[in-house]
Amino acid sequence: MRLPNNILGIAFIALTLLLGAGGAYAAEGTNGIGPNPAKAEKGEQCVEPVDDMRRYHMNYLKHQRDETLREGIRGKKYSLNECIDCHAAKSPDVAGGNIRTIKPFCAECHQFAAVKIDCFECHTGIASPIKKGNKPPMPSKHGKTDQEKDALVFGMLENYLKSKSDVGGVAE
Amino acid sequence: MNSNNLPPITEEKIDIERRRLLASGGAIAIASGIMLYGGGAGAREKGQPATSAQRWGMLIDTTADKSIWDTVVTACKREQGWGGGNNPATDPQWVRKVSIKNKSTGAEATLPVMCQHCANPPCVDVCPTGASMQRADGIVLVDKHICIGCRYCMMACPYSARSFVHEPVHNQKPHMPRGMGTVESCTMCVHRVDNNQQPACVEALEAKGSKAIIFGDLNDPDSEISRAVSAHVTRRIREDLGVEPGVHYKGI
Repeated sequence: MRLPNNILGIAFIALTLLLGAGGAYAAEGTNGIGPNPAKAEKGEQCVEPVDDMRRYHMNYLKHQRDETLREGIRGKKYSLNECIDCHAAKSPDVAGGNIRTIKPFCAECHQFAAVKIDCFECHTGIASPIKKGNKPPMPSKHGKTDQEKDALVFGMLENYLKSKSDVGGVAE
Repeated sequence: MNSNNLPPITEEKIDIERRRLLASGGAIAIASGIMLYGGGAGAREKGQPATSAQRWGMLIDTTADKSIWDTVVTACKREQGWGGGNNPATDPQWVRKVSIKNKSTGAEATLPVMCQHCANPPCVDVCPTGASMQRADGIVLVDKHICIGCRYCMMACPYSARSFVHEPVHNQKPHMPRGMGTVESCTMCVHRVDNNQQPACVEALEAKGSKAIIFGDLNDPDSEISRAVSAHVTRRIREDLGVEPGVHYKGI
């Protein structure tokens, strides 16, 4: 039975490499090898831990949008306007880098995950300018650099092969 | 069959009466529940839903100087971000100035017409997706998340109060998402009402020293609007339809 297991294992790692480990390693959050969206320009702490936000932000927003619109419940924890207020950034791709928009932040992961959202067909993605404080033009990034990500993937591959060689090596 | 000879409006009225009975029974149950929490008419805590303890409405004084209604239209455009299109036939119009004349007497009046926030809204009845909806406090809204742009509500509305967005929209206000392919109308400035503020048109009129529109809670007998409505004879447009609008007019 070792042979099929090994083939499955290699196929898994190959898939992982091909897909950039989107699904399997997204749960690792900031230690993962997915995209590194820019940190919020404003605020120090998100409403939930980063890993939680990455995985469930759409559920939080969708649940609460119905409560707000249909029942009139306002001022609760999640708010698309507050996402925009904190995470909007200036980018040379949008309006020549003159305005803060949420696009660079959302697009980084959504392009990677091939998710098309239509929030901003109706909602504005433009944030009001930050009034004071010396903020860098582009904020520092979450997570690892591309080199660190490569090292992480090769490390995982190496560990996997090593574990297999300990019990008799890869398929004869 | 005799029933076939009855004008359809009669059946409609019976239906509405029946519904009103059911609705009032429901309201009593809800109101007693609210009393348990010690709440009443007035400001709502953050995080609390709108309830039928309130019934938001407006009283519009059509005897006011007619030039004042431009203030209303301008304030609405500025607050909600509509207007400025190049196709008058199809551009969204949340509120408009209407002039009427009694041909036999020659009497004229000018009044603003917008969503009348009916108690029995036909737009909600006909909506196939549930996007056209009424909040517990009587404000009629479009849930654009699920609006498919079929425009049945526009056809059902006796006041032509709703507009379809034909062209892409940019630079929306953060509190008022608007998008192509959906229907929209006056929201009675629900984002302001939830924040214990008056609608933008009422505030703009007050800034000019005019009380031509009174906004308030029709369920609260002590509110300014309730006192005004009980003191003056007011009319609602097309009262015969039985849709029970929340917008009252004085002087027509």
